[in-house]
Formats: sequence, structure tokens, C-alpha cells
Amino acid sequence: MKNNSLWSDAIYRLTRNKAAMFGGLILILLIVSAALAPWIAPYSYSYQDLNLGASPPSSDHLLGTDVLGRDLLSRILYGARISLLVGFVATGVALVIGVSWGIIAGYAGGRVDSVMMRIVDVLYGLPFIIFIILLMVIFGRNLWLLFGAIGAVEWLTMARIVRGQVIGLKNQEFVLAAKAMGVSNLSMFRRHLLPNILGPIAVYATLTIPQVMLLEGFLSFLGLGIQPPMSSWGTLIKDGVESMEEFGWLLIYPGITFTITLFALNFFGDGLRDALDPKTTDN
Amino acid sequence: MIAIFFKRIILAIPVLFAVASITFFLIKLAPGGPFDADRAVSPQVLKNLNEAYNLDASNWEQYLDYMSGLLRGDLGPSFRFPGRSVAEMITTGLPVTFELAFYAILIALLMGVFSGVLAALKRNTFLDFIPMAIAMIGICVPTFLMGPLLVLIFGINLEILPVSGWGQLPGDKILPSLTLGFAYAAYIARLSRGGMLEVLNQDFIRTARAKGLTERMVVVKHAMQGGLIPVVSFLGPAIAGLLAGSFVVETIFQIPGLGRFYVEAAFNRDYTMILGTTIFFSAMIVFFNLLSDLAALWLNPRSRDAS
Repeated sequence: MKNNSLWSDAIYRLTRNKAAMFGGLILILLIVSAALAPWIAPYSYSYQDLNLGASPPSSDHLLGTDVLGRDLLSRILYGARISLLVGFVATGVALVIGVSWGIIAGYAGGRVDSVMMRIVDVLYGLPFIIFIILLMVIFGRNLWLLFGAIGAVEWLTMARIVRGQVIGLKNQEFVLAAKAMGVSNLSMFRRHLLPNILGPIAVYATLTIPQVMLLEGFLSFLGLGIQPPMSSWGTLIKDGVESMEEFGWLLIYPGITFTITLFALNFFGDGLRDALDPKTTDN
Repeated sequence: MIAIFFKRIILAIPVLFAVASITFFLIKLAPGGPFDADRAVSPQVLKNLNEAYNLDASNWEQYLDYMSGLLRGDLGPSFRFPGRSVAEMITTGLPVTFELAFYAILIALLMGVFSGVLAALKRNTFLDFIPMAIAMIGICVPTFLMGPLLVLIFGINLEILPVSGWGQLPGDKILPSLTLGFAYAAYIARLSRGGMLEVLNQDFIRTARAKGLTERMVVVKHAMQGGLIPVVSFLGPAIAGLLAGSFVVETIFQIPGLGRFYVEAAFNRDYTMILGTTIFFSAMIVFFNLLSDLAALWLNPRSRDAS
């Protein structure tokens, strides 16, 4: 409790929150198994056992195989890499754009602020999902483009949150003092503003990840996201739907994995929000 | 009120114009023409096609052409389906999508508001926890999983509802509407619970109770008007989300609506169709956002009196 009581307080509160800790535990487990997928997955994601075809779960293939004889567990593990990667990278992109936009708008104030926030308002009202589809159609279904496109869509709320926070900070004495001492804008942002708004940023970032993963799943489900033979959870669910009448497990297991992950992220994010800002607990 | 309304409409026009222009030029950036996929087309046929669709003109000319057509409501011919215009396809698909979205919103509002208000009134009891747990499921299970699961349960295993179609078999509208509405019911339940909790602690509610009004009057006449403002504000953005949901639901259930047309157009690289529907969707969403903002303003007595 020495130097950073907000964070140590928050961590204390977070560890008291069972749902959040459980969510966090699942997330760590998922991230570790996704990272270690090439070593722990029983098969390669593209290895086909053509003699098998679609087979129900067995001791050789714990979660069964898909119609091409590929091991479902391995594909879910490799899919976790893609799904989580999209979740984190696209959230990172959204974070960078949103935080910069919000800090600049909030700190500059006046006309710059109103123009920048007007732009956000206008973009809010547009059907971005359609633009992502458009970009994927035009430039091909490229993983990096997908990161960029999703990130470029999800930054709006972040910009609003950060702007609000910065406006609250900007007239406090320590900021005014730093300004009077001639601190440059850049180090003002980095050293004085950013550290003070890390809490809300962390919370909102955690809650953005599931949204991004949903978006990726949605695109992959429509066939406009990740392309075979690579698999994300979205493509696995899509494949599962195509053969769900005969081979139900192909839909059920990827579906359960995806849903549990979203649950974990949401619980952890909610817990983090409550921990960092006890006032909002009631809502 | 009226001033705000006109201000917003005037702001919307350049936005839509920009959307149309950006989409138009983005599509021009696309590698490969729309007819590349069809093999064995002779150069002569290709040339004729290009001429018929005015693809030989300069980009600028095509742009002016398109924009002037747009003003007249002419969105051009479809690239993929010769003889059908984009406007025609939109008018065929739109009623279906609207109907689907209407049922979904209806389900979402009925389920969401009822369980949200109930949860707020019976805070921290069984009647609060159960609906909120179900709402969490609704938020975490994506539409593209919920739909197939409902089909699997009610369509394939129980065999009580049709698995696809729209308006062909009795009851075939139930599963799609439920699939699309459920996620929104979940959000609305959470929003109305939060909004109600906030309002229920305020002084005017205490006053209303002190006047001796029945609990029913307090809740329905006083608390809900303010407590549901977040829900009304949410409806505008929800329409945009419903649209994305309709892509999935219409694909899963084979519904001939605008969403499925759009997804098919994206696959077929039917450029004029993509362009037309994008502009149309944007206009629609801008319009619904406007409506929901105005409704929220009107419901809030503070802003109503101010303007």
C-alpha cells in the first residue's frame, strides 16, 4: 500500500471478487494453452485422418474429428490462437487510436475538441460492420487487415471515455503546475495524464476484447473473416453449423469454448471495473 | 425540439454524401472486375458488358453518373443479376428484413423491459438474479451460435418448428425473430434495471409514494418514464446492430431479406449492389439514430422544457 494505493486497493478488491477471479483464471488457462498449442495439441490443425471422416469423441480424438478427419481439440487450440490474437491486437489498435484521440480532444478543448468529438458522433451513427465487410471484400481476407479494420471501428467509445477523464483532470493543480513549469505537451500526456486515466482505459479495454472477438466470429461465420485451412472459433462454429444435424459435437464444443471465453472476459472486465471504481458497482 | 430535428437532418446530408463518395471510390480500388470470376468470357462479350455497365468511362465520369442517379433514387443495375436493378432488389428484401427486425425488437422490448424492471424492483432477490443471469447468457452467446442451437433444439430434435424459411410454413418466423431478439432483450434488461435503480432512489419517487400513490402508479407513471430513457437511447444503435444480426439470421434461416442479399453481394463481388445497399443502410441507420435521440430528449423533462 506504499506508493500506488489505487492499484493495490483495486487488486485487493479484485481478488475478493470470485466471479472475476474465476474469469481471470480461465483466461490465463486459455492464453497459456493457445500460446503452447503447437506443443500441447495432439495433432496439427491441418492433419487429416481420411479413414476417420467425422468421428465422435474417442480416446484418440478427445473431442472427435471434423468431416475431413481433423482433430477437433487441436483445431480449437489453434483456433484459440487466432481468436485471442484478433481480440488482443484489434483491441490494441482501438486503444492507441481512441486514447490518442481522446487525450488530444480533451486536452486541447475548445474548437479542436468540438470538431474531434463531432467526428466521433458522426462515425458512431454509421453501420461500421458494413464497412468492415466492404474492406474484406475489396482488399481480400487478410488477417492484418482484419485487425486494422476491427480496431478502426472499436475506438470510438474509448475516445469518449478518455476525453471525459482528461477534461476532469486538466484543471487540477498538478496539471496546471506542470503546465506552468513549461512541460511539453507530449510529456504532459505521457507522464501526467495517461497514468491517471489508466484505470478506465484498462476496464474498457478488457470489455472491448469480447466485442472484438464477437465481431471476428461474426465475420468468420459469414465466411468473410479467417480463411481455411486456418481456423478461428468463428470458422469452427461455421463448419459445425454446416454439419450439425449429423455431427452435433462439431458445433457444441467450439460453441462452448467461445461462450466460456466471452463469459470469462465479461466477468473479469466487470470485476475490474468494480475494483477500480467502487462507485459504479450498483449498475 | 424542431430546431434540433432540422439541425440533425442538415448534418446528416453531408455525412451520407461522404459515405456514398467514399464507398464508391473504395470499390473502384478493388482489384479485378466484377466479371473476372466467370470463366470463358470472350473479350468481345467482356467489352459489351463493360459498355453496358459504363465501366469504360473515367472514374470521375462514373462517379458523377452514379451520384446523379442516386439523387433520383436510381442505384443502377445489379452486376450479378442482369436485368434486375439494385433499387428493385432493395425493395424486395426490405419488407422482409423490416418485419424480422420488428418482431425481434418487439420480443426484445417485451422480455427486456419486463425482466429489467422486475429485477430492479425486486433487487437482490431471486427475481433479480435469475433474469440477470439469463441476460448474461444472452450477451455472451453470439447470434451465430444461438440461431443454430435453437434450430438444433426446436427444429431438429423436438421437431416443433420449421428450421428455415420465412412465411412459407406456419411458425417459421418464430425462431429467426427469437434468435435476433434475444441478445437485445438481454441488453435492454440490463439497461432498464440500471435505469430503474437510479430513478427509484430519487426524491420525486419518494414524493410520489408519500402522496399515497399505489406502488403500481409510482412504478408505471413515474419511475418508468425516467428509468427507461437509457433503453430508448439504446434503440437507435440497436437498429444498426439488428442489421448486422440480420445478416447472420437471414443466412442461417435462408430468409430472402436485405441482409442475405448483402452477404451474397459481398461474396459475388456484385459491386453496384454492395454500393447501393451500403448507402441505403447508412441512410436508414442515421435516420433511426435521429429518431431515438429525439425520443430520448422528449422523454427527459429537463431537456424537453429547455428547448
